[in-house]
Amino acid sequence: MMSIEPVLFYIFSTILVIAAAAVVTVRNPVYAALCLVLAFFTCAAIWLMLEAEFLALVLILVYVGAVMVLFLFVIMMLDINLARSKEGFIKYLPAGGFVALLIFIEMCIVLGPENFGIEVTGEPLKHAADYSNTKELGVTLYTQYVYPFEIAGALLLLAIVAAIALTMRKRPDSKYQDPAMQVAVRREDRVRIVKMATEKKQ
Amino acid sequence: MIELSDFLILGAILFCISLAGIFLNRKNIIIILMAIELMLLAVNMNFVAFSHYLGNIDGQIFVFFILTVAAAEAAIGLAILILLFRTKRTINVDRLDALKH
Repeated sequence: MMSIEPVLFYIFSTILVIAAAAVVTVRNPVYAALCLVLAFFTCAAIWLMLEAEFLALVLILVYVGAVMVLFLFVIMMLDINLARSKEGFIKYLPAGGFVALLIFIEMCIVLGPENFGIEVTGEPLKHAADYSNTKELGVTLYTQYVYPFEIAGALLLLAIVAAIALTMRKRPDSKYQDPAMQVAVRREDRVRIVKMATEKKQ
Repeated sequence: MIELSDFLILGAILFCISLAGIFLNRKNIIIILMAIELMLLAVNMNFVAFSHYLGNIDGQIFVFFILTVAAAEAAIGLAILILLFRTKRTINVDRLDALKH
């Protein structure tokens, strides 16, 4: 009896390759972003077949949910000249295609079945139904890799501060308080004593 | 039975498509950023495949960190892109040659 896994694998990989090719060839950047979402989704499905359940869901949540939405926001915010953005596509096609093909052939020589086939690696361990990928990942992450984990947290904080600091701008017509100037205020700035002669009541 | 080399070659195809994409879309910096995300996805695919076939969870930990760094990179890259558009009114790569002149 033929297993369903290879069939699923080839379906998902075909969708993944088509979506990836569409990302780099379609004219409209919005369509490219949506194709990238499809590519991430199919890749998550392939990772599920590799028993990396946690990472597959994180890929959907973080990439599709956050990064790609960010991309779409930016694409729709900017005014992109569609006609000019595809200039030179044909001009660079031979060079780009040649280099990509060459690298692909080189990679196939190294990564082919004779080096990483089933006879070399052996059958992967199939886990039982009560195996928790998240738990295994957590146990390793919070013991052996706790220091890199902290650094990753600091890096994310750095990224959010940097992104906000880069894009924040002060509008000249908006009114805001400057606490330093408020603290440094002197009596002469606020109070003016006027000396004048007393006047008689009419 | 799916072999490890199948996943590795799938990763290689993804990597080469995004490499060709960087060549082809020389004008559009957003597509270049997306191609870089695709490249990272190809690398992550290799990590997950090796982690599964060698029975070692460390590869998945590495993917976890790559995802973190890639998210930070995308956020800062897009922030720089917005800043660039605000000052130059274009994101055409050919027009971003201020250092040349």
